[in-house]
Amino acid sequence: MTRLHTSDEDHGNDKNATESNLWSPSELFINTQAPELSFSSPLKISIFVSSSSRSSVMAVLEVYGAPLSTAMMRALAALYEKELDFKLVPVDMKAGQHKSEAFLALNPFGQVPAFKDGDLKLFESRAITGYIAHQHASKGTQLVSLDPKKMAILSVWMEVEAHQFDPHASKLCFEQVFKKMFGMTTDPAVVEELEGKLGKVLDVYEARLTVSNYMSGDCFGLADLHHLPALHYLQGTSSKKLFDSRPHVCAWVADITARPAWGKVIALHQS
Amino acid sequence: MATPVKVYGPPMSTAVSRVLACLLEKDVNFQLIPVDMSKGEHKKPDYLKIQPFGQVPSFQDESISLFESRAICRYVSEKYANQGNKRLYSTNPLEKASIEQWVEAEGQSFNPPSSALVFQLAFAPRMKLKQDMGVIKQSEEKLNKVLDVYEQRLGESRFLAGDEFTLADLSHLPNTQYLVSVTDKGEMFTKRKNVGRWWSEISGRDSWKKVVDLQKPQPPKSA
Repeated sequence: MTRLHTSDEDHGNDKNATESNLWSPSELFINTQAPELSFSSPLKISIFVSSSSRSSVMAVLEVYGAPLSTAMMRALAALYEKELDFKLVPVDMKAGQHKSEAFLALNPFGQVPAFKDGDLKLFESRAITGYIAHQHASKGTQLVSLDPKKMAILSVWMEVEAHQFDPHASKLCFEQVFKKMFGMTTDPAVVEELEGKLGKVLDVYEARLTVSNYMSGDCFGLADLHHLPALHYLQGTSSKKLFDSRPHVCAWVADITARPAWGKVIALHQS
Repeated sequence: MATPVKVYGPPMSTAVSRVLACLLEKDVNFQLIPVDMSKGEHKKPDYLKIQPFGQVPSFQDESISLFESRAICRYVSEKYANQGNKRLYSTNPLEKASIEQWVEAEGQSFNPPSSALVFQLAFAPRMKLKQDMGVIKQSEEKLNKVLDVYEQRLGESRFLAGDEFTLADLSHLPNTQYLVSVTDKGEMFTKRKNVGRWWSEISGRDSWKKVVDLQKPQPPKSA
């Protein structure tokens, strides 16, 4: 089993961390062009070099994908909330790069994102966020709970996002946003049907958020974070009314979309 | 002896059977509480208090009330980590990451087309509902693409997440059982060499055989 080199070995998971941990970060700022998006904001890459006798170079976290993809945004949100340094490796979907052999080796389903932490390769954005949240529990925002009962409730509402909210929300994003991006026409009948279905889910959310500040309890966590990409896109469309008309949902959406870490994800959309 | 946990819902429900499989793998005693869906019991206020979406299963033990089958499975696997199948949901972070990846793949890629097929081919006829041939065709195409990926994966690895049977494999049992045993789509699994081998192994487990038994119409209990 390959031992992971993580940037926070002082959290005690690694028994070698009891030795003196004197890490000196050397940060490199690199300008990168993503071929299909042409954005040139600098990507910060931090390489931590151990000053102990082992002198091992830490593995850089890498996330592969296109920043406009909702699933990619989900993974990026977690990385920014945890204040982790990572490398964003663009995948040119217009050129079919996500179906190339090299990419299929990272995600055999040919979908973005894919993720690497040293020798560990992962796909499925919610598996990536879960891994990041647990592996780096001591850094940045606490996104999961170490208490088994609280974690169970969090798990319930993460499943709710994945199986009740997202199926309708992502189809609505496609109809309202992505179709236009690809030069196709939005079908108002489909929008109406999807809004009806999503509305019923949001009625449950309204009741939930009346008794709970966030989806799984008092604090922001993965169950809230996973909603951000779809919320972001739908807030820019006529479907915004679904959230505006439900006071507690409205307040929750305003709160979580205003988080600075989320702002960093959106900033990647600026070219 | 610990108080049996409670699972609400009919065992023929794929999501209920997912939870039952997990409880049996972990040797956890449970009480199956019927929810008469034909009478709309799952949409009544009392039930909605424990499952606000009006779906089955829901779950209760002495300390918590939960819903969503995969969340229930995770909770059970962690709470009873030291009994039953201890490898079902590894505590090692790298192994757990792989399990979670394939549980998500099941939920996001496998489940939508397979459960559409299960509904159209196994349930709609029983419920005297008209089948949608377009949905059947589309779902079959999607599922074939997913199973091509599984065929490749299961050629590299005995089970989806690695060498051991885990929650990732277990999650697939309910839908596949219906497709293989009561529809003509079973061939999608059995004609693929690695997927066929994997299906044989996972469905042959004692825990799953017990769930299949529970799904059969039960004889009326004597007073």
